[in-house]
Amino acid sequence: MVTTVQDSSAQVVRGPATTAPPPTARRRTGPASRRHDTWVAWLLVAPAILGFGVFFAYPMLRGVYLSFTEFHILTPPVFTGLANIQELIHDGRFWHSLGVTAYFVVLSVVLGVGVSLITAVVLHRLGVNTTVRGLMILPFLISGVVTALVWTWMLDPQLGIVNQLITWVTGEPIMFFGSGGWAVPTLAALNVWKSMGYNAVLIFAGLQTIPASIYEAGRIDGASEWQMFRSLTLPLLRPILVMVVILNVISATQVFDIVQVSTKGGPADASLVLQMYIYDKAFGQFDFGYAATMSLALFLLLVAVTFTQLRMARAGESDTN
Amino acid sequence: MRIGRTVAWGYLVVVLLVTIFPFYWILRTALSNNFAMSTDPSSLLPVDFTWGPFKRALGLATPAKAAAEGGSGAKIDLALALWNSVVYAGLLTLCTVVFSALAAYAFARLRWKGRDVVFGVLLTALMVPSVFTLLPNFVLMKDLGLLNTFGGMILPGAFFSAFNIFFLRQFMLGLSNEVEEAAIIDGAGPLRVCFRIVLPMSVAPMATLTLLTFITTWNDYFWPLLVTNDESVRPLTLALAVFKQSSPQASLDWAGLMAATLVAALPMLLLFVVFGRRLVNSIGFTGIK
Repeated sequence: MVTTVQDSSAQVVRGPATTAPPPTARRRTGPASRRHDTWVAWLLVAPAILGFGVFFAYPMLRGVYLSFTEFHILTPPVFTGLANIQELIHDGRFWHSLGVTAYFVVLSVVLGVGVSLITAVVLHRLGVNTTVRGLMILPFLISGVVTALVWTWMLDPQLGIVNQLITWVTGEPIMFFGSGGWAVPTLAALNVWKSMGYNAVLIFAGLQTIPASIYEAGRIDGASEWQMFRSLTLPLLRPILVMVVILNVISATQVFDIVQVSTKGGPADASLVLQMYIYDKAFGQFDFGYAATMSLALFLLLVAVTFTQLRMARAGESDTN
Repeated sequence: MRIGRTVAWGYLVVVLLVTIFPFYWILRTALSNNFAMSTDPSSLLPVDFTWGPFKRALGLATPAKAAAEGGSGAKIDLALALWNSVVYAGLLTLCTVVFSALAAYAFARLRWKGRDVVFGVLLTALMVPSVFTLLPNFVLMKDLGLLNTFGGMILPGAFFSAFNIFFLRQFMLGLSNEVEEAAIIDGAGPLRVCFRIVLPMSVAPMATLTLLTFITTWNDYFWPLLVTNDESVRPLTLALAVFKQSSPQASLDWAGLMAATLVAALPMLLLFVVFGRRLVNSIGFTGIK
């Protein structure tokens, strides 16, 4: 996502578009422009523009409008000004769910990116073949629903294999999904399990772009493996790490399926993540206006967090440039 | 150094075990007798081996037989859900890849007024998380009377995907002009160039996108949950969740549920066996760009 935006701006600079290009540039940037290119182009882009307008731009504007209304689906929305925002500010459950979401995001991103980074480096240094990397992305292929189901079964207090093991060691099972303290860390662990391989493969691809000669030079200078990791690998990997962190923050903030299938936000709201609360407001209580307000808040929050991260991490550049 | 390598291998083995064990456990549970399992929950092999759970999941077991092996009586029409998933993920993937490829061609290989502005506007969609458009899109589908139809499930994603357009455009920008220009000199129009030259040359990245889109759509849960509440269009992810929720909490048929889970994950596992290598490489590629 990050690289996306940067690449596109670079592209705009590279390809002279509307101004008449000099003959050499013309050869480079594409076939000679012909008059009927224009209507063919619009024809080819038409489905995408239609989809963008009807299912993205319009719903977005409508979402903003609905945020300021009282809307219960069956009757038309009624404009209520800032009433929803006032409600939001005084809604303890909203702030609670925001806290739960933040806790979940921090746990799963720190743990997830940490484990993925170590795994990627180990894969890279050991020179393991593609098959192993392939096995790592297996969890990425299955849905959050399947993930939640199989882990709910494996973590079952009585019959689950994990708790069999824990009971054998400590004498009593852990209520992973059933206790307030364990619920969010358990969900974060599930999220890490599901996304670790995918992240590791992404980071691995970044590692492959680092030339081996740099490590050779480091070795000649007598650097230890750990020193090379800290002063060569990490700084050179910074751009891709930033991207992985941001992608993970964005997806973790919107976590829904594993929560809905395993804990449903319980016990006693302990794992009530924001998206779960929004869903509950909209489809449990049919309070669509307020649900829209909350998703607007979530959106603004994501924008703010992403930009802060980009700024803090100086994304585009690795430390060597 | 040698110790370091041993530790690294040890770490890798542990990670692989944790990654793969749940898949084995699904299989082990799905081949167990649900009643017998509670007497020997830590057995690493199927307990009292039986095909019963698969028969229950596929609706082939008689009620008496199902009850005897610990079936909960909750029903899941797995064949129908499988078909729904195929239609939903298949059609959506087909549409979005085709329409994205056409748009990408126009953005990458044609020169027209407003091109960069339009492209920039479409790209803004990358910045907005789906949660924000999902609720209003649900309202739109309701207004259009498309709830509980494949149309309602597919339309919002069918025509436009900012990522797919961007991804294909990047690839097409890198294609050489020579073949294209030869065709133009021979009198081929832009449409002919698109369908006869540029699209055939872009088969590889289109295949990658097809694979990635199909996987994400197949696994999607939130959007189908919003727009469907009827078995006739409900895809697998949803059917599984409903199956679990409709079973009595105390006597959950874990064996049957795991059998159903395995059937649901099977198409993805097949894709993995066939395209695993391509998938690994394409994930790396989408990250680097």
